[in-house]
Amino acid sequence: MRRAVSAFDWRLLVRRLPVGVAVGTTVFALVWVLFWAPSTNFGPAIHSPANFLITLLNGLTLAALMFIVASGFSLIFGLMRVVNMAHGSFLLLGGYIAYEVQQSMTNGGGLTVFSSQVNAWDWLVPAIVAAAAIGGIGLVTQQVFLRWNMGQDLRQALITIAISVIIADQVVAHFPLESSIEKGSAVNTSWPGAIDRLVNLHIAGVQYSVARLTMLGLGVAVGIALWLWLYRTKTGMVIRAGVDDRQMTSALGVNIQVTFAIAFVVGASLAALGGAVFTSYAGVNPTTDGQWLLNSLVVVIVGGLGSIFGTVAGALLYALVYNFSISYLPTTGGDCCGQYSPVLTFVLLALVLAFRPQGLFGRPA
Amino acid sequence: MSPFAWHPRPMSEKNLVELVIGVTLLLFLAVFPVFGVGYWVSFVLTQTFLIGIAAASLVFLTAYGGMVSLAQTALYGISAFALGNMVTKGAVKGLHLGLDPWLAVVLAIAITTAIGLVFGAVASRSAGIYFLMITLTYAVIAFTFFGQVTQVSGFSGIAGIADRTPALVGDPVTQPNRLYYIALVTALVVYFAIRHVVRTPFGISLQGVRDDPVRMGSLGYNVALHRTLAFTFAAFIASLAGVLYGWWNGVIAPDNVGLGATVDLLIVAVIGGLGRVEGAWLGAFAFVVINNYVRDVSVPVLGGSFNTVIGLIFLAIVIVSPSGLMGLWDRLWDAAGYREGSGPRAAAAAGTAGPQA
Repeated sequence: MRRAVSAFDWRLLVRRLPVGVAVGTTVFALVWVLFWAPSTNFGPAIHSPANFLITLLNGLTLAALMFIVASGFSLIFGLMRVVNMAHGSFLLLGGYIAYEVQQSMTNGGGLTVFSSQVNAWDWLVPAIVAAAAIGGIGLVTQQVFLRWNMGQDLRQALITIAISVIIADQVVAHFPLESSIEKGSAVNTSWPGAIDRLVNLHIAGVQYSVARLTMLGLGVAVGIALWLWLYRTKTGMVIRAGVDDRQMTSALGVNIQVTFAIAFVVGASLAALGGAVFTSYAGVNPTTDGQWLLNSLVVVIVGGLGSIFGTVAGALLYALVYNFSISYLPTTGGDCCGQYSPVLTFVLLALVLAFRPQGLFGRPA
Repeated sequence: MSPFAWHPRPMSEKNLVELVIGVTLLLFLAVFPVFGVGYWVSFVLTQTFLIGIAAASLVFLTAYGGMVSLAQTALYGISAFALGNMVTKGAVKGLHLGLDPWLAVVLAIAITTAIGLVFGAVASRSAGIYFLMITLTYAVIAFTFFGQVTQVSGFSGIAGIADRTPALVGDPVTQPNRLYYIALVTALVVYFAIRHVVRTPFGISLQGVRDDPVRMGSLGYNVALHRTLAFTFAAFIASLAGVLYGWWNGVIAPDNVGLGATVDLLIVAVIGGLGRVEGAWLGAFAFVVINNYVRDVSVPVLGGSFNTVIGLIFLAIVIVSPSGLMGLWDRLWDAAGYREGSGPRAAAAAGTAGPQA
């Protein structure tokens, strides 16, 4: 068959299609939320700015938590090429440890502690203990199971999956420790009384939780601390050099094994810190590990692996899509469509991967 | 052999031994229901066949495409959910469309294959460990979807699939032998289909894509398309397992496609060996038997349940013999001094499979 002579270059169109679809979807989502949004719970943003602001803040604060957790995942992957499938289990165990420590500090005896009985130390000490304990478990995991098979990335992923299966089962078998509660029950810790209240933002009359805003602050603080550590200290310099070229870095006389161990401990501790926060934010239960493994994966796949800025972008995008889809999908007849929000997670993933397979800020591997 | 220009290697001593073992096993399985214990027919072996089919789709992708997919459980779940929604009728959860059982089977397979095409296309520019991560998100998304969307499932899932099977299948509870033979035949067809596909020009170039995507791309092969089609084929295989699972279990619930089930299928494939398709059924058999006899045992010292046991076994296998039981067999054979049978398959085993994005 002879090729038709045409000025229309369909190949170019096909190549540009993903970008077009991505831009089109983004514009449509913005227009929908801001001006249209028929038969939703909240209505368009121009009509009810308060609801819009609350959704936005919910998204930003969730993004902060996602950043804390996913940055640990991304740090470990970026340096060691280890996909730590036990990251969600680390978070789960960290959450239960924080709960146990807060219980013993406040003499909770297995009952939910009221935030009025919790001072700042009753929250901070459990979080620090959890981070330290999981950091230790992370160190053992890395030294015993991952140090001797560097570079076999699939084997390492399988090893961490096995560890996550064991940890998850052990958590269900032993936690909560109190004999009065059934093993594997959902638990939650309380925010300190000082921040467990609403504050008037003086914008559209919105009252918002101080604890959530503290979470946002914590996320920003972790981000700044990580940035200072990676870009302003010698250890950070070595880590970035290791990300770029592991062999060359160790050839220059750097003890890369120590750097690996430090990065793994920090990454695991960040998961536990996220777990401590999440235990106050929503509570942990035995399915939390899978949920947070998904969150970490989506954030780093969207943002690009091994990049702080990518993790920030991925966390923001995913958390905003997640929160806005819950509030701004139509609810006609109470039967649709909020429950379809998982599909939007897939759409986000598909759109990003279609035009940037390495993620928004990732470099081609 | 196949009509394509492929010249099979002359059969080595090892191939011959494996052929004899395989045929003997098959003859044994073919007559097993005549004198076998009903429980082994209906529970252990039928389950082994259908889990093995799902695991074979994962082994196919890993061994020949360099793509470790964690979405195979989700895909067979999608197939079973589709079947359940279309075939059931009356007062059950889901859409209960009450379609003709055979039509529902065809549609369930078609829907799953189409979803596999979309999933594959989205992930097709990644391979290796990245592919693992992307497909894991598919698995969790599918789990959340079926848990939340009460129109097609809801948390308790869809029951009554076994009451609406085609006449050929009959009632899986009172006539377990029929499902046993159907699962056995399907497993055989899947096994030979995979062995055939990897020998076709498509299969050969897929293995080229696995080993060196950049070079294959510069030779003019469409790397992403090969991966997408391989994934679609694997989704088709997984959909067969899903239909069988629907009939066998009668119920499909979100928990059947959850993270635990996803990891279980990976464990099955790894125990059997990610390098060889036969390993899928070997791993499935080991998994079902362990599951069956360790379910109620409490673990000494540590505490915990079956999952701790299977996790420890999985950990031991990945550390000691990453290419699983089939890899162990290959190594034992080599160690015994019969070296002429050493093929390229061992290179595709877990841990040494090196294709990275």
